[in-house]
Amino acid sequence: MNDWKSSSVVIRHEVGLHARPSVKLTKLAKTFASTIQISGSPEGPWIDAKSIVKVMAMKAKQDSTLYLRASGGDAASAVDALRGLVERDFDEDAAHAASG
Amino acid sequence: MRHPVELKGKPASDGIFTGPICFLSSAAAERRASGDPAIERRAFDEAVALAVAGLASLTETAEGEAAEMLAFQIALLEDDALLEPARSLIAQGRPADLAWRKTVDAEIVGYEMSDDDYFRARAADLKDMRDRVLRQLSGQDTHQAQAGAILIGDDVPPSLFLEADWSQGGAIALSQGSPSSHVAILARSRGIPMVVGLGDIVSNGHAEAVIDGASGLLVLSPDGAQKRLWSKKAGELAAQRERDALFLDKPARLKDGSRIELLINVAGADELDHLDSGHCDGIGLMRSEFLFRDGKPLPDEEMQYQAYRRFLEWAGEKPVTIRTLDIGGDKPITGLTPEGERNPFLGLRGIRLTLEREDVFITQLRALARAAVHGNLKIMVPMITVASELAQTATLLDRVMADLARQGSEAKRPPLGIMVEVPAVAVAPELLAAADFFSIGSNDLTQYVMAAARDETSVASLSDPAHPAVLRLIENVARYGREHDIPVSLCGDMASEPRHLKALIAAGLRTLSVSPASIARVKAALAEIG
Repeated sequence: MNDWKSSSVVIRHEVGLHARPSVKLTKLAKTFASTIQISGSPEGPWIDAKSIVKVMAMKAKQDSTLYLRASGGDAASAVDALRGLVERDFDEDAAHAASG
Repeated sequence: MRHPVELKGKPASDGIFTGPICFLSSAAAERRASGDPAIERRAFDEAVALAVAGLASLTETAEGEAAEMLAFQIALLEDDALLEPARSLIAQGRPADLAWRKTVDAEIVGYEMSDDDYFRARAADLKDMRDRVLRQLSGQDTHQAQAGAILIGDDVPPSLFLEADWSQGGAIALSQGSPSSHVAILARSRGIPMVVGLGDIVSNGHAEAVIDGASGLLVLSPDGAQKRLWSKKAGELAAQRERDALFLDKPARLKDGSRIELLINVAGADELDHLDSGHCDGIGLMRSEFLFRDGKPLPDEEMQYQAYRRFLEWAGEKPVTIRTLDIGGDKPITGLTPEGERNPFLGLRGIRLTLEREDVFITQLRALARAAVHGNLKIMVPMITVASELAQTATLLDRVMADLARQGSEAKRPPLGIMVEVPAVAVAPELLAAADFFSIGSNDLTQYVMAAARDETSVASLSDPAHPAVLRLIENVARYGREHDIPVSLCGDMASEPRHLKALIAAGLRTLSVSPASIARVKAALAEIG
């Protein structure tokens, strides 16, 4: 379990990791078999990226750095996918375009 | 028949509605526990599954904000981090409903204690989700929201709003709640009148009520005369809204065609997202306090510069008047405003405070001077009482300009004007002839002329901006400005009220700054004045 793939990304979203982005992040995390954890600091504490309760409880703000790590068969692609989601600002523009 | 009772709360969504009252009890009905952990566990799992199914079916028709709120609740109900603690309490012998309530309430506390408005507002979503499961456990599968009624409760969950039948109208009156809650957002988008923060609403014996969302008023058991009055007002409001809408994108003019410069008051950058700068002649008052939030670090120069620049870019060539930090009085900021003042409205507020805190003031002036290159910026100083305060501000601005030039920063010296809100200035405006412009702050001017605190309900009837003494001072300032080529405008709430416009025009004002929501109705009312 000590073989972690890790990465970090800055949250650009206006109100940080709030309900809508957290729902997207946990949904995406659940599509991977690996254990995936996130934290507001490279030293942890690490929390389960598949739990919306825990992700929301981080209260990660705009411009804070999100540290990601994963362990398991699909760890590398899990970390890439989650970092991509945060980098694309949770696809908010696309979502708005679709609903508008 | 009960006597009428009037309650005053905070406006959350405009509109008038009269109808029967429907009290919502927040607690779920009693449930008989089985005493067997296995049965309780099954009941719990079933209730959660039914709650998820109920939310999923609501999702099919929901859009935007509502759909997102539902998705959030579903995600919570699918999270073992939330379900496991409840299941483990059940395994220890707790009844399912108590175990669930205890688990979710522990989570809710974390949200309610947050210093972030956004997270605090999510507590309502968690309560909604909690009660949805509790209702399933006690066999009540729907809310009892009556169609065409005024729903009264402590706080209404968003899902209740979505499930309720609004086809016959209706309204919401809450003893608690917040204008920034999900329900308030939904109510505004649906045009459902809503008032929050009414305090204890004594339900006993009342069957009917009138609500006025715009003024935050709830009248329980209105009598015949009140009902006629409100029904007339509601009819007028509807007709008026239709007529007003026709004026929105036209320039503001009096009956004779003469042009009125109509500006808007804004308090935050997010307000601009829904506003068309073509509907007004610029920003007459930008309250910079939104950048200075209590309990948050002070905004640095760069952050302020970026924020001010956004307003200027939105306005294009049109003027943008930004008021320097106006805190103190009823707007305290810990660590910045003095503590323990016996009479804060007569204490260290506005310019009095910023001159004491030169570090904070200079940072703001630097950000303003730098932003000024991006448009037509004017700086306005609040609570000026004597000329030396303006002179000191001008000296600081000179110093800021010299520093910026030396540092090679691009900057421009904006015109420097004052708020006229202290009677000393309104009585003797010639003492402040050095100001580049005057903007009358009628709210504070009224408070100081009438000696009635703005936040004191017991003297609210004295706070009349149309009192002849206040109007005479407005006229005095307008005349002095006209005779000495100093532009004069008015940016207090009275300019947004059509009933006061005739007096303001008669007082000689030709520039008004109003709330964005009132642009159409002010233009419509001005067109009737000749």
